[in-house]
Amino acid sequence: MAQAKRRFRKDHWFFFTIPALVIYVWFMAFPLFNSMRMSFYQGTGLIPTQFVGLQNYVELFTNPLFRDRLLGALKNTCILFAICMGIQNTLGLLFANILAGRLKGRSVFRTIIFLPATMSVLVTGFLWKLILNPHWGAVNQILVRFGLKQFEGYPWLGKPETAMIMVGLVTAWQWVGIPTMIFLAGFQGISEDVLEAASIDGASALQIFWKVKLPLLTPVIGLVAVMTFVGNFNAFDIVFAMTNARGAPEYSTDIMGTLFYRIGIAGQHPVAQPNMGVGASIATVIFFILFLGVSMWMYLRERGSRVQ
Amino acid sequence: MRHRRTNLIHYLILLAWSLIVLFPVWTMLVNSLKKQLDIFRDPFVFPPSPNLAGYRYVLQDSDFLLYCWNTLFVVGLTIFVTLFIGSLASYALAFWKGKASKFLYLLFLSGIMIPIRLGTINIFQIVRSLGLMGSLYGLIPVYIAWGLPMAVFVLTTFIQELPRELIEVAEIDGASRMRIYSNIIVPLIRPALGTVAIINLINIWNDIWFPLIFNLKESHRTLMLGVTYFFGTYQTDWTKVLVVLTLATLPIILLYILMSKQFIKGLTAGAIKG
Repeated sequence: MAQAKRRFRKDHWFFFTIPALVIYVWFMAFPLFNSMRMSFYQGTGLIPTQFVGLQNYVELFTNPLFRDRLLGALKNTCILFAICMGIQNTLGLLFANILAGRLKGRSVFRTIIFLPATMSVLVTGFLWKLILNPHWGAVNQILVRFGLKQFEGYPWLGKPETAMIMVGLVTAWQWVGIPTMIFLAGFQGISEDVLEAASIDGASALQIFWKVKLPLLTPVIGLVAVMTFVGNFNAFDIVFAMTNARGAPEYSTDIMGTLFYRIGIAGQHPVAQPNMGVGASIATVIFFILFLGVSMWMYLRERGSRVQ
Repeated sequence: MRHRRTNLIHYLILLAWSLIVLFPVWTMLVNSLKKQLDIFRDPFVFPPSPNLAGYRYVLQDSDFLLYCWNTLFVVGLTIFVTLFIGSLASYALAFWKGKASKFLYLLFLSGIMIPIRLGTINIFQIVRSLGLMGSLYGLIPVYIAWGLPMAVFVLTTFIQELPRELIEVAEIDGASRMRIYSNIIVPLIRPALGTVAIINLINIWNDIWFPLIFNLKESHRTLMLGVTYFFGTYQTDWTKVLVVLTLATLPIILLYILMSKQFIKGLTAGAIKG
């Protein structure tokens, strides 16, 4: 009796976790699970009630109305990922390598590089939309001033060929500070002895970077890649601000986030009603893509650490 | 000699990028102080006589301040509750040894890796069934749930690293767990609480997804939702648009300049998911 009492005291640790647990499960863990369940249901009301098995997925993958949009959104999200990896993370690596040195004023540069990451994606998007404005925007004015007359009035966000690239570049502009800081921590973790030894052996700065620092940084590069991946498949705001939730022009900037929003919540042309069942199946597809990406990263990391 | 040249190249790279970062922010600031025609005539210089008409209009004749207040209300309440219940749970999870504790900890951590947006369909239904659709109050529990995984992760890690002796001495003195929490733990974890507060401040201040989904009624709009509407209505009036964008960003930028170290630390920690 006394022991049972001790096992569940009035101030048992469990009680301390209850408030957090209730809110977290009620508004996050349970809805995540329940949204997946809802991908097997259909209905005209706001809560789909009719069990339809895999029909939402069949619709999503075979009905041209959904399939074409899904494939388009997948492609565009991959373009976004490619731009972020190629430009944002490469620049981050470069900046981190510089900032890890003993440059004077590096804390000022660090503050500036990170600044856009504190800004709202919405504000960034609107701001760049103004700057990219074909007639009054600064980008075209500068290009014309430098003699590139062919860009006079060029609608960067109005052409399907360039719109997605612009969205990707602005995303890279905004977030470059995060990989910079993560890589910087990585560079600072490399022991001085290793670098010194390489330098005594006559390796140039470039050789040290490619042959010593980069291989040691592989796990960090993996981490940054997977973070970028998750971020891109979760993106929405930047497209909403710079073009619109329909991924204008001609769905060329439609990404997974906007597709999910349109079909699951806002309702898309020609049906102005949201299709929550299909929306939930899109969320589930995104979940599995993220799951696949993260698992692959964990597998590679595991294998990498075993080799070492 | 070679060293000096590399340094020069490094400076040039950093300066070029700083220019690319600061240029849009600079044009936003200076042009919000100009009349429309002056923006188009000379977009890059600071105006000789700043024109505050845009600011006067946005602050006096629009609901901008109301939206600001709405966001501050949501941010304040959310951060307060998140820190309170998050630190309580972390205190328990850091000291409680057992399978149940481990399970709960992992349950919270799984929320760091899965974006909450994927649960939107059901969150929408839950908030609707609570009758909170269109209301600011619907945002608060969702934002708390969103911030909790990160809060529990940061705070539990921090509490586990505290010197045990301090707590053991208090236990021997017969202090209750709640007393130890309020008198010892909370003062000691202040830096970590700051980190969590910054992550949440940025996430909530800048969020547009949930205000959009919850279709907030006009008097309940948050700042960023307001910015969206202003941008649509003022579209051709660049002064006003830029004033709105400046006012929506400046508080955070100023705070960031004041405490850039904490911001960088907090946001980088917040971004590393997994």
